[in-house]
Amino acid sequence: MDNSKIPQTLPRFSATFDPHTLAEIRRAAATGIYDIRGGGTKRSLPHFDDLLFLGASVSRYPLEGYREKCATDVWLGTRFAKKPIHLKTPITIAGMSFGALSAQAKEALGRGATIAGTSTTTGDGGMTPEERGQSQTLVYQYLPSRYGMNPDDIRKADAIEVVIGQGAKPGGGGMLLGQKISDRVAAMRTLPKGIDQRSACRHPDWTGPDDLEIKIEELREITDWEKPIYVKVGATRPYYDVALAVKSGADVVVLDGMQGGTAATQDVFIEHVGIPILAAIRPAVQALQDLGMHRKVQLIVSGGIRNGADVAKALALGADAVAIGTAALVALGDNDPRWAAEYAKLGTEAGAYDDWHEGRDPAGITTQDPELASRLDPVAAGRRLANYLAVLTLEAQTIARACGKSHLHNLEPEDLVALTIEAAAMARVPLAGTNWIPGQQF
Amino acid sequence: MPVVDLAVTSKRDLNAALHALTADTNETLWHVANPEGAHAIAAGVDVPITVEIDGHAGYYCAGMNQRATVIVNGNAGVGVAENMMSGKVHVKGDASQAAGATAHGGLLVIDGNASARCGISMKGIDIVVKGSIGPMSAFMAQAGNLVVLGNAGEALGDSLYEARLFVRGSVQSLGADCIEKDMRPEHIEILTRLLAEAGVEGVSPQEFRRYGSARGLYNFHVDNASAY
Repeated sequence: MDNSKIPQTLPRFSATFDPHTLAEIRRAAATGIYDIRGGGTKRSLPHFDDLLFLGASVSRYPLEGYREKCATDVWLGTRFAKKPIHLKTPITIAGMSFGALSAQAKEALGRGATIAGTSTTTGDGGMTPEERGQSQTLVYQYLPSRYGMNPDDIRKADAIEVVIGQGAKPGGGGMLLGQKISDRVAAMRTLPKGIDQRSACRHPDWTGPDDLEIKIEELREITDWEKPIYVKVGATRPYYDVALAVKSGADVVVLDGMQGGTAATQDVFIEHVGIPILAAIRPAVQALQDLGMHRKVQLIVSGGIRNGADVAKALALGADAVAIGTAALVALGDNDPRWAAEYAKLGTEAGAYDDWHEGRDPAGITTQDPELASRLDPVAAGRRLANYLAVLTLEAQTIARACGKSHLHNLEPEDLVALTIEAAAMARVPLAGTNWIPGQQF
Repeated sequence: MPVVDLAVTSKRDLNAALHALTADTNETLWHVANPEGAHAIAAGVDVPITVEIDGHAGYYCAGMNQRATVIVNGNAGVGVAENMMSGKVHVKGDASQAAGATAHGGLLVIDGNASARCGISMKGIDIVVKGSIGPMSAFMAQAGNLVVLGNAGEALGDSLYEARLFVRGSVQSLGADCIEKDMRPEHIEILTRLLAEAGVEGVSPQEFRRYGSARGLYNFHVDNASAY
């Protein structure tokens, strides 16, 4: 038989050993070290895209777009703080450190947030004057490393966020590799220049919720009970973690899903520890409701928020506000195709660049290199962030009006259905076209 | 001389009064009676005054202290003088865990013993413990001096950065990347000064051994994976 006439079997790649997996095995074999990168999980996960809103029709009536008001403001810290925070939009900027980010990027985040009437947040490494100066409302992160932590900055802050974990690496500490430890970063963190900075995964002076309660009391005493105290946790066991945060005296709980980014963590940690934010919100809200504290202790959720629909869905599931990190960096200019040639030189491409720990970011955001950092104009980048925040808010309002809501906080789970059984089970809303919520109705 | 009796006045009122003081106050000596282990006594003070606590203090006594001298005529709970920036804290009894944790400056003197994690993550404070310290002390300690007249527990100075550790007695074990180092003249000078400031008499700096970072873990290397 003429072999040329036999149909050829196409080369078939394994779904288990796909090209990325094969490449990672080769890289590991060549280097003997795990892959470290920035950003959040890159795998496909049940997410807000798996939910849809049921707009108003005969049984509900909508609000007139551009005519009838749909409020977007939010109060944070009303439980104990003498000076709770009032934001115009429930979309806040998540904690990101000076060190991980350039001073220009931090300033831009402050500028953008201030124009939009929302808050921004410090990170591991302390508060910079640029950031404080440009941020109308600044949340000060209180982290295990306490790098740069001092009472003067605590008093300058508008709120304090006790960080217990983050979605990208719940149970993990921080890491800032030596190439990003410039003179200024080193001085702020009381470390020699150029060494790898390790951040502890546990706080040095308290362990467990009973101690946390005393720690929060100390922070309140030091700030004369003025400032809201947030507690941030990575999404793992949200029901219990939120309940314990409330028990410990938190004014606000920040819940970060595994899509939340990091400056530098092992890829295996990012991809395999923690749960998606979609799966975390309802148990967290349940905890608040069981304690009679829903809307009294505010819930901020984060991890993969990209557009106003995500915002509206998070709020409909019971959150009071959201936080964005990765999306904010993209708005500033991270992974912008204008730097395509330089991304190519780094062996990657615009949109996929995640070696944030290496400090060679062409966009000047995740770097301490003065030349690269100077590429980011904090004023223009801040404007872009403000524009983006405005769009998110307008989009969320559009959806809320369509559902007949005069405030974003009036969105509720009953406005939602799910496209997949998984999302229906996680978000505890019916599968579209049915009244079936997996696990609740049989 | 104000005397605040915590049996009748709330801790909140005490701390609020201390925070309201200005640097030129003439109320420079305060006494706190009946502390009964209350937490965060004299936390966040930022004026050059002296606060004497007549009894035992709970967690975070003199936390984040700036400029003040806080004397505990008793024992202190977890995190005494945590994140102190300047000033002096003197515990006449024993101190619990994490004494002087993350503190950037000032002097912490403990007449008795200190429990685990003494000086954890310290960032510039000087600590003098006249008794012994517990395990995992000076973990990830970045800067400052820890002086121990007694013994040190397990894993002293684990993952140490640039803090200097001086121990007169035995060390049960050293943590990862912590090694004994030569005592040079500048270290004798530091010890002499700190012993004097802590009111220690009859003890020679030559009786101490110095421990510090081998700096072997400063930059990640796969061959050190078991040490991380």
